[in-house]
Amino acid sequence: MKNKLKVLRAEQDLTQADLANKVNVSRQTINAIEKGKFDPSLSLAFKLSKLFQLSIEAIFKND
Amino acid sequence: MKKENVSKQMKKVTINLVLWSLLWLISLALATFGPKFIWQENTTWSIIAIVINTAIGGGLIWAHIKHLTALDELQKKIQLDAMGIALGVGIVGGLSYSVMDIANVISGDAEISFLVMLISISYMIALTVGKKRYK
Repeated sequence: MKNKLKVLRAEQDLTQADLANKVNVSRQTINAIEKGKFDPSLSLAFKLSKLFQLSIEAIFKND
Repeated sequence: MKKENVSKQMKKVTINLVLWSLLWLISLALATFGPKFIWQENTTWSIIAIVINTAIGGGLIWAHIKHLTALDELQKKIQLDAMGIALGVGIVGGLSYSVMDIANVISGDAEISFLVMLISISYMIALTVGKKRYK
């Protein structure tokens, strides 16, 4: 699954660790999602959606 | 919940797990070597040592569950994959080893320690590979 997490994070001037703090996961998890190695759960996708004030579809796209 | 709290909680459950593991290891050593070196084959003391070791083993399982609960979703996936591989290798390898003993392909009896080592080593390898894969 592709996503715009890295771009959105850069726009808000957040580091991976900052974002990880905000959504309660490890920095490794954020890094794996950004690289498309790991697909987040629905619960985490909702947290990211709420944080960036975008719909889940606007952040994540199916390959 | 803030990250500081999550990190703090993670540190707490990890220390808890390490302490229970050490305690269990010490009690296992006591139950194994005590009869020969400390209480000269006294059955009552052996039973007490085994009961204590089993009870501490229960605590170790509880500590492990607490540790797994504190992990985030990717860390849980890595653990689940590693445990699945270790279980599979343990069952397949353990049964092959047992059959080798029954068929007298190996000299001597099949030892449970071999199975424990096989599961531990495969778990550690799978965990390392999993952590590297998602790095």
